[in-house]
Amino acid sequence: MEIKHTALAGTLESSDIQFTLSKGDSGVEINLDSQVEKQFGKQIRKVITDLLAEYGIENVKVRAVDKGALDCTIKARLIAAIQRATDTKNQPNWEVLG
Amino acid sequence: MLNKVNREIPDDILKDKNYKPFETTEIGNPETTYVAHQVKVSQGDDKLVDSIPDVIAKTGLKNGMTISFHHHFREGDFVFNMVMQEIINEGFQDLTLAPSSLTNVMNDMVIKAIKAGTITHITSSGMRGSLGDFISHGGLKDPVVLRSHGNRARSIENGDIKIDVAFLGVPNADAVGNANAIYGDAVFGSMGYSLMDAKYANKVVLLTDTIMPYPNTPASIKQTEVDYVVKVAKVGDPDKIGSGSTRFTKDPKELKIAQTVNQVITHSQYFKDGFSFQTGSGGAALAVSRYLRKSMIEKNIKASFALGGITKPTVDLLEEGLVNKILDVQDFDKGAAASMASNENQQEIDSSWYADPNNKGAAVNQLDVCILSALEIDTKFNVNVMTGSDGVLRGAIGGHQDAANAKLTIISAPLVRGRIATVVPDVTTVVTPGDSIDVLVTEVGIAINPKRKDLIEALKNVPGVPVYTIEELQKRAEAIVGKPEKLQFTDRPVALIEYRDGSLIDTVYQVKD
Amino acid sequence: MERLRRTMMFVPGNNPAMIKDAGIYGADSIMFDLEDSVSLTEKDTARMLVFEALQTVDYGKSELVVRINGLDTEMGKADIYAMVKAGVEVIRLPKTETADDVVETEKVIEEAEKFFGIEVGRTHMMAAIESAEGVLNAPAIAKASDRLIGIALGAEDYVTNMKTHRYPDGAELSFARNMILHGARAAGIAAFDTVYSDVDNTEGFNHEVEIIHELGFDGKSVINPRQIPLVNAIYAPSEKEIRNAKDVLNAIEEAHKKGSGVISLRGKMVDKPVVARAERTMALAKASHLVDEEGNIYAE
Repeated sequence: MEIKHTALAGTLESSDIQFTLSKGDSGVEINLDSQVEKQFGKQIRKVITDLLAEYGIENVKVRAVDKGALDCTIKARLIAAIQRATDTKNQPNWEVLG
Repeated sequence: MLNKVNREIPDDILKDKNYKPFETTEIGNPETTYVAHQVKVSQGDDKLVDSIPDVIAKTGLKNGMTISFHHHFREGDFVFNMVMQEIINEGFQDLTLAPSSLTNVMNDMVIKAIKAGTITHITSSGMRGSLGDFISHGGLKDPVVLRSHGNRARSIENGDIKIDVAFLGVPNADAVGNANAIYGDAVFGSMGYSLMDAKYANKVVLLTDTIMPYPNTPASIKQTEVDYVVKVAKVGDPDKIGSGSTRFTKDPKELKIAQTVNQVITHSQYFKDGFSFQTGSGGAALAVSRYLRKSMIEKNIKASFALGGITKPTVDLLEEGLVNKILDVQDFDKGAAASMASNENQQEIDSSWYADPNNKGAAVNQLDVCILSALEIDTKFNVNVMTGSDGVLRGAIGGHQDAANAKLTIISAPLVRGRIATVVPDVTTVVTPGDSIDVLVTEVGIAINPKRKDLIEALKNVPGVPVYTIEELQKRAEAIVGKPEKLQFTDRPVALIEYRDGSLIDTVYQVKD
Repeated sequence: MERLRRTMMFVPGNNPAMIKDAGIYGADSIMFDLEDSVSLTEKDTARMLVFEALQTVDYGKSELVVRINGLDTEMGKADIYAMVKAGVEVIRLPKTETADDVVETEKVIEEAEKFFGIEVGRTHMMAAIESAEGVLNAPAIAKASDRLIGIALGAEDYVTNMKTHRYPDGAELSFARNMILHGARAAGIAAFDTVYSDVDNTEGFNHEVEIIHELGFDGKSVINPRQIPLVNAIYAPSEKEIRNAKDVLNAIEEAHKKGSGVISLRGKMVDKPVVARAERTMALAKASHLVDEEGNIYAE
């Protein structure tokens, strides 16, 4: 799956995470800024990488600003960002989500 | 070696600094000898000094000495920065800084003084913000010694802390050194912590913006204790000393916790006429006072005293006749500070009277119910109020270890904060041992220390308050946030956590980044 | 025994902090909102947030409801599919005008259940009535689908439609409340009252809850957790009611033991409605923490 254009999802409120996805040409590049980097940095990166793989997105720049979001919020925001970046926001990909 | 709360205490620290490892919360009845301080005899006519440089010269401050300050002005303090800047300017080296605590407004100056070599040792109740970060990253060679308010009093009395010069900001004083904190622009109410410095320092300097006619009464600090009085432009910013107006929290989670805390109190055997309590500050604590008030009226129960840091809602209980006396070591808001002037039953107490383990009986020993907070609490009920979940210093012991000796000690804390669990398998830093904690109250329910069989029985059927084991609460927190990675530290100690009896309960190491 | 629905707590669907904590306040039902509390530009993000939360967060015993966007919007269908897939218990239709609105929505729900291989009929529904048209059709709406567990009054839009606004005495809502209540009772489903938005006005809120409690509503929609204990207090039965209910239930047990078909208490026959009321009283007493699991009254 290809990123068509830059898209943003999520907020900078407490317990949220804000993703900005943009076109990339050298694999998955993650730039994470998290309040809980020391405790959960690896886990957050894993959630992001796994989900991008499920969507078959191979080249993307991911900017994530995390304010202590739980995994379910991280997933939800990334899914929303992917849907926006691929112009499918009202057509969830049930093969991935199902 | 491992101490009794299973913390590895480096042998060389035990040896070099002559520490005992923490053993027990029981103080027993040891015999001790207090140290005396030097007195330079004065007739009282030559105490008023024009400037800070002049007074520093007069005190005979020398390299290697110990200086002290109090933190009653909290974030509105002007005195610390004024004095410290001058001490740095004059090139003093190798001083020990021994304030009652350090607030954020002092942070930059402390870092500056460390970098200049002016300060090489620190003992405090705690530290936060940029200073906590600086120290946790190895900014000071010698580990900071962290002590509770009661332990500081003990250490001053027995000479573990020997203050050469105390610089004490006060809202008013006369030219001979009689001072209180209930009149003037920068009132803060009780002078509790600073009274120890006034009594035991070799040289006592008062700094004030308001010189009163002699004799200035009521005198909390007395002319018999004071060497010099300096007039400065302003000692503090009244708006930042305490929270201005007391606003009850509207946060539904805090309210739920507060309501549960109140239910725990009212269903315990201690809730009877003549009981005593300490609530502390913060939104949830204020809400507890409100719920407690209602329960006291309903059951026609009056408290004999309220202790500790005092807030306006506690003063309201006093004025309503629901509390007979307040024993007041510090005031958290303007209302509580102002009422010290008018309420004779609001008794100012020093930190020895409040919480010292090694005197002839402190107020905390008479305390029935105490509500305390926690950054973390573990499955052994050990509490951390000092380091964040990233291992960085960001708190203060305050009276935590001391007041935890109440008959019913309740920790009120949310199960998780953001993505950080409060209830954990092992706290990052043990400050207060689990032996002195009785009940943990969270928004989902409570956990009772298994050794308190009486409380388990008393609280098993409180309507709407589910009882869990602390392990269950820990697992529940972990299910929400996930399992964090283990923190990485170097093997270099940056802070030593003393228990209130002066033994070593934990060590804080430099964080690895 | 029918479940208690004293409180239905509204949770904005795009607020991770509130979604995370929604389970701790003891609401009988939690309603995640994808509709009015979510701005048009964030409908898609809110949908995924609620989708993930429903599958991950432990909400204890609370009934889980999601208010979707209507099928007349471009979000409606995706909302239904996502919530059916996430396994929500109840889908709440906004702005229901006619029985057909319910039928149309049910079709899409069934389509989604089949699409995901979920047992058809598992997803329940409720309908919010927010207009004069809807109020007049309340009885038909309430009977439009077996999936319906209840109907609710949404007063904010309704009063606008009626060219009035909210008043403290609630006279402007009395016809709508009665209509909805009768519609619900005739269909044998629950009736929910509207929200009260002045969160700091405890007195006004209590007054309104007393009115709807007397009318017979199952419960009230709440927009702040602080309103939950207030509703529960008003719905809590008195000690006298509890004792009477216990007597009724004991009389039934006695009669069963004796093999007697006729149940009487203090010389009066105990018939079906009396039994139902006694059971509901005991359920309320338990939920209000006035009796223990065995029905013994807590000694205060």
